[in-house]
Amino acid sequence: MNYVIIGNSAGGIAAIETIRECDKKGKITVISDEPHFNYSRPLISYLLGKKVTLEAMPYRDKGFYKDNEVKLILNKKATRLDLKQKVVVLTGKQMIHFDKLLIATGGTPIIPEIKGFDLDGVFTFIKMTDVEGIEKYIKANKVKKAVVIGGGLIGLKATEALIELKIKVTIVELADRILSATFDKKASSIIETALEKISCKLIANNTVMEIKGKNKKVKEVILKDKKKIPVDLVIVAIGVRPNIELVKNTPIRINKGIIVDGFMQTNVKDIHAAGDCCEAKDALLNISRPIAIWPVAARQGKIAGYNMAGVKEEYQGSFAMNSVELCGIPTISVGQTELDEKDCQILEHFDQNKSIYKKVILKGNRIVGAIFVGDIERAGIYTGLIKDKVDVTAFKEHLLKEDFGLISLPKEYRKHLVSGEVAVI
Amino acid sequence: MNKNQKLANKKKPKRIVIREEYCMGCRLCEVHCLVRHSKTKNIIKAYKGEYPRPIPRIIVEEKGYVSFALQCRHCEDAPCLEACITGAMYRDKKTDAVLCNEKKCVGCWMCIMTCPFGVILRNVEGEKVASKCDLCMGEEIPVCVKYCPNEAIICEEKK
Amino acid sequence: MEGLGSKMSKRPTPTEFIIERDDEKCIACQACVRMCSNDVHSYDPESDTVSSDNTKCVGCHFCETICPTGAITIKRNPSEFKLNANWNAEVIKNITKQAETGGVLLTGMGCDKPFPIYWDHIVLNASQVTNPSIDPLREPMELRTYIGRKPDKLALDYSGKETKLKTTLDPQLKLETPILFSAMSYGSISLNACKSLARAAVEMGTFYNTGEGGLHKDLYKYGANTIIQVASGRFGVHKEYLEAGAAIEIKIGQGAKPGIGGHLPGEKVSEEISQTRMIPLGTDALSPAPHHDIYSIEDLRQLIFALKEVTRYRKPVGVKISAVHNVAPIASGIVRAGADFVAIDGLRGGTGAAPTVIRDSVGIPIELAIAVADHRLREEGIRNQASLIAGGGIRSSSDVIKTIALGADAVYIGTAALVAMGCNLCQKCYTGKCNWGIATQDPYLTKRLNPEIGARRLVNLLRAWSMEIKEMLGGMGINAIESLRGNREQLRGVGLSDTDLKLLGIKPAGEAW
Repeated sequence: MNYVIIGNSAGGIAAIETIRECDKKGKITVISDEPHFNYSRPLISYLLGKKVTLEAMPYRDKGFYKDNEVKLILNKKATRLDLKQKVVVLTGKQMIHFDKLLIATGGTPIIPEIKGFDLDGVFTFIKMTDVEGIEKYIKANKVKKAVVIGGGLIGLKATEALIELKIKVTIVELADRILSATFDKKASSIIETALEKISCKLIANNTVMEIKGKNKKVKEVILKDKKKIPVDLVIVAIGVRPNIELVKNTPIRINKGIIVDGFMQTNVKDIHAAGDCCEAKDALLNISRPIAIWPVAARQGKIAGYNMAGVKEEYQGSFAMNSVELCGIPTISVGQTELDEKDCQILEHFDQNKSIYKKVILKGNRIVGAIFVGDIERAGIYTGLIKDKVDVTAFKEHLLKEDFGLISLPKEYRKHLVSGEVAVI
Repeated sequence: MNKNQKLANKKKPKRIVIREEYCMGCRLCEVHCLVRHSKTKNIIKAYKGEYPRPIPRIIVEEKGYVSFALQCRHCEDAPCLEACITGAMYRDKKTDAVLCNEKKCVGCWMCIMTCPFGVILRNVEGEKVASKCDLCMGEEIPVCVKYCPNEAIICEEKK
Repeated sequence: MEGLGSKMSKRPTPTEFIIERDDEKCIACQACVRMCSNDVHSYDPESDTVSSDNTKCVGCHFCETICPTGAITIKRNPSEFKLNANWNAEVIKNITKQAETGGVLLTGMGCDKPFPIYWDHIVLNASQVTNPSIDPLREPMELRTYIGRKPDKLALDYSGKETKLKTTLDPQLKLETPILFSAMSYGSISLNACKSLARAAVEMGTFYNTGEGGLHKDLYKYGANTIIQVASGRFGVHKEYLEAGAAIEIKIGQGAKPGIGGHLPGEKVSEEISQTRMIPLGTDALSPAPHHDIYSIEDLRQLIFALKEVTRYRKPVGVKISAVHNVAPIASGIVRAGADFVAIDGLRGGTGAAPTVIRDSVGIPIELAIAVADHRLREEGIRNQASLIAGGGIRSSSDVIKTIALGADAVYIGTAALVAMGCNLCQKCYTGKCNWGIATQDPYLTKRLNPEIGARRLVNLLRAWSMEIKEMLGGMGINAIESLRGNREQLRGVGLSDTDLKLLGIKPAGEAW
């Protein structure tokens, strides 16, 4: 059995491990368009900010591919799929034959239609090569000030890294606040205050219309409201969209991402997709959509791996969830964090002095979302309650109490958790 | 040795079982867990001499007269393993326990977000890493089991 | 002097114990703070230290036992009064307390006054030269005995191939060891304590006694090893209850408080107690002193046979009395009234709550009581008609052996069983705040007594004592406990008066056969 995996990140690695668990003999080949050993994408901001070293970047240890008997092809991009012949064509015309294929190409950064995007000193922030480029540029050009376009997770992590490097940052965000996709106003305000303290400037309700340069290097950006900001470096961090280049012009059905069923299979037999490039079941919203989060990609890769190896495992679906520490403040957001007031019940605890914010959103007596800023202790319990769609009527008042824990849950529910039996996933 | 003999000899991994009807809420499990994960492993030095004080990886929940100690369940299908962005969370081959390589952990807290038991802690006083039960690697029986005065925490073979 | 009078009229409770905390060892883990039901210890977060209020300490030693560094030592309050042989500290404190409260002084457990302990003046024989001793590890040694009415004579049928027994035997309780658990009611002790006793009884092949608290539904499954008690309050006595046990014991008296009834304060009457005892929630459970339907020996006979009828003569029905002055004729009357066993509870028997003066002054020691009762029954030729069970402060296997040699078929242990489960005799059972989870109904405290551990410790105790009994029997050259029953020749008195020796029916040490 010839397993071919395009993509060497969360989805791909999980698939490798799962396939090997079930099939000790099959041949596994992994194709990556990057030059690096597997690494964790979310770590690149830590790398830029010198919080981790290059040695700490690998996601799995040195012997991973050898121990799992996987052929690793680095630095080659999959350019074309020949579904009839069941072949993947790489740059340099190399052809890899497959019996089962997993497309785990991840996401590709959203590039805005801005004049001057191709100037030197303008970077996206997705891959390790981006970080390498940025580091080189900073060193060569003595960068002192930067603009980060996009106040989402990627933009904020990039900002933090730049501030560590003693660069002054201005964030330009289209919405009225940072992290508008995952945080509500109160949560965002806590982080915005913290950013102010470290001299980071935030310009909301605005966007960059043009980047101007001198001698091909970036010199200033012009905003929608005509304001001009001088810069030495621009990082575009608007977001990612599924990387579906490869499957365009093939019978593989796509929407925003590659459409997969409950077994991570596309409409074409023996072709699976997982991770940021696909759209699969959102268990909360009950629709299919891309959820570009590391643990979701890992889970999808695992399920894809099982099914590719002949073990029928159904994907239970996931939902949006994010955990990130910003300016030293831990934050977690899960599920639906922004719902219309009349559709739901909101429980809130906001201590502005301590910069602590906790919010639980209920719909029909079930938790559908939660935000934690400053105090993330035991947040996972809420994630579990969302996932298991537990009716919380009996202990609603306890949800935001200091001592909320498994002890607040009905005994029968926690019995299976506490008795040492395996967690139900 | 043939395959069956090999399987029979293989020791089944142990798991910690909690019996909340016997927990007195004395929190001695927390004390001994802290000492076990301290530098000196000496109860007086760990409390009085180590700065920052190490944290226990066991959480005692208490409400009214009900109490129980909770620690990592070392789940078969552990969500923290998937969520970890650095690969710091890994499964130990011998004991099947889920362990955290604190050197690799960067404190992103994805594990805290996904653990349905809420048994992963932020070790903020020390290195900012995720802290959780490691089944007292290297000990015959975990210290919480050993020192619970009422046998509310016991060790059983994983089913 | 103004105001001094008002200050003096309310004196603080005299402090019994001092808590010594070794600051070098105390790690302020606060286990003692959390665990003490009397709120003796408290934690000050500012200084990160734990301090103790000595006035509240009852000396149960729970904190000392649980402290992970051994930082706590409990000492008797060294604050001393001028030496006075007549008016010692305790007497002064008691009078002070009564002047303060006008109340009856209550206490728990058994008499703690230094009455002579006859067991400590009795020695056992050992075989030498003639009549060799028996090694219990190598030769059969039987501790089994039976409680119940034994027939006057045995009629055998030799006609068939096998010799058959013609006489029908009265119902018997089979004991694998001559030690039973004494009556301790559910209410005075926790359900977990009852479960520990029941499970240990099952494992050791002996019996435990429900006391006057009725039988909790969770304990019915141990019925085959349960002696159920019918006491003056008739708590929890209904049809299923009578049928649940292996034997029935009518409680006339209790060694700790002869002549008065039992008292369970309303605070200890929880929902489960209320259901088990069939009394309203939160009301005091008062047992009257006499059974109000027993005013003569004939009345007792009537009740004994009523119970036998109800249980179809399939269970032994016995009577428990306290050891008082006329214990011998009373025992005789009870046997003649049809009881299958008589349980005698001596002066040092324990209780959950009793007035101190009654506990300490009323009743006689069990050593004398069992000796005179056994002697009387033998004299009247009716010793076989009932088994004698003796209880009241039996502390060791040597006490057991001596009691059996003085005439008992088996012994009841109460205090010893509680000590095995953790009790340190602080004598505050009546407060319901027992830190060991034994004499309390507070669910926070009862959790501390894990019945698995409790039963294990009780089994250990009985096993250890049984082994010691076998060793002593073997030493005497006897291989069955039943050969020791009433075998006063094996005992000698040391430092006892002639009257004591006469009453006990034993010779003084030094005198041969």
